[in-house]
Amino acid sequence: MKEVDKKTFEDEVLKAEGLVMVDFWSPKCEPCKELMPYVAELAEKYDGKAKFCKLNTAGNRRLSISQKVMGLPTIAFYKNGEKIAELTQDITIDDVEAKLNELL
Amino acid sequence: MSEAYDIIVVGGGPAGLAAGIYGSRSRLKTVILQKGRPGGQAATTEELENYPGFPRGTTGPGLMEAMAKHAESFGTEISNEEVVELDLDGEIKVVKTKSGKDYSSKSVILAPGAAPRTLNIKGEQELRGKGVSYCATCDADFFEELDVVVVGNGDAAVEEAMYLTKFAETVTIIVIHDEGILDCNKVSAEKAFANPKIKWVWNSVLQEIKGDGIVESVVLKNIKTGELSEMETNGVFFFVGTVPKTDILKEKVELNEHGYIITNDRMETSVPGVYAAGDARDKYLRQVITAASDGAIAAFAAEKYLAEEEGFKVQVLNEAKPVMVAFWAPQVEASLAAVSQLEKIADQLGDSVKLVKIDTYRNERVAKRYGIEEIPSLLFFNRGKVAAKITGTFSQQAVIDQINSLKE
Repeated sequence: MKEVDKKTFEDEVLKAEGLVMVDFWSPKCEPCKELMPYVAELAEKYDGKAKFCKLNTAGNRRLSISQKVMGLPTIAFYKNGEKIAELTQDITIDDVEAKLNELL
Repeated sequence: MSEAYDIIVVGGGPAGLAAGIYGSRSRLKTVILQKGRPGGQAATTEELENYPGFPRGTTGPGLMEAMAKHAESFGTEISNEEVVELDLDGEIKVVKTKSGKDYSSKSVILAPGAAPRTLNIKGEQELRGKGVSYCATCDADFFEELDVVVVGNGDAAVEEAMYLTKFAETVTIIVIHDEGILDCNKVSAEKAFANPKIKWVWNSVLQEIKGDGIVESVVLKNIKTGELSEMETNGVFFFVGTVPKTDILKEKVELNEHGYIITNDRMETSVPGVYAAGDARDKYLRQVITAASDGAIAAFAAEKYLAEEEGFKVQVLNEAKPVMVAFWAPQVEASLAAVSQLEKIADQLGDSVKLVKIDTYRNERVAKRYGIEEIPSLLFFNRGKVAAKITGTFSQQAVIDQINSLKE
């Protein structure tokens, strides 16, 4: 998974081609850290079909709020520079995979 | 694919981890099945000021990580598995997980914990993760220099509100009670009243959360006057109690009307060999320390259960020759006399019969299972099955006749 931040978000996510999935997390968010290994597995399984990024919201607070993300964990899907879907809090990896399949 | 354990612990919060420590330290093969990282709700609270021995010196995640390492150091396995189905009725209990694995064991400790309650007010669901939150440590830093409201006034609400003041500009606590009345402990209340960043709205409940894609305001209702007022805010944190995570336990063990697991003070549920511990249990105080305490008691009770079951199996059920099982109790005079009488009979009959004495004061379970209602009582077992029963006092001849009829 590609680590993105306020400097790279525009190029890596908004200007990217195809489907981009962004895992918003922070080191203080225990549910995020629970979910992350499964997200990484998913990223490997669907390698090449979509782009997988993670964004540490600590230090990227303004960017997160500009993306209307104010709660963790949040997994957002982008296409052609627009957010097209989002899952937030109480997320299971099955929900993420189902949403990914729906969008692919 | 089935792996056999002595104890399966469902849930890896403080209750489950303490059960793991006590179980594996008794040399019992113990596994904790936990979805994701261990720690439970305690791992989502940063400030943990009341766990004995750690004066301000630890955090929720820190203490939980230490407990998990402690359990593992004695040999507890902690598996990242989500339990989806349980078969608890037989002697061997089977726990199925989402990954398709079956775990089997002779005893189970249920410690599934609880989750934050939602109120389902207008806007709450739609604005989750958009300013509506149930976890201060997860989301607090989004609200630096912003304003938030906290709904609730118990320990969790007031303590998490204090934590939020480290980030937010103002934290407004919405309290349903009259001015000055809080459900939380006095120390936290005093600290909160002295905190200049905390503001209070009394006699009020949250009616609605408004916002276009992100929280912008809340509508408050004064329960005394019925008056509605709108207040601008950037975030809403709910701490209004918890609900037990016992959906998969319905019809498996006895639950109360709110879904909490009913146990006695040995943590025994309605099913033999199945124990419960922690916040999912019907109890008076839900804290890390009481969860850990439950876990210790449950593991100790499970250990006794395993020893008694194993003992009964070896001594009675697997025995080739006839076995007389005498149920006695230290406080029943007649049963003491009966036992010494039986000892003499057993001496006379020599090797052809075996006598096993069960103190029903210490081991209620076996007596209950065989429907023993009177002390003394005597059961005759032949090849693992009950062949005859004598209730109350008996004559020497009646016992000898019964044994002879079994040998024929």
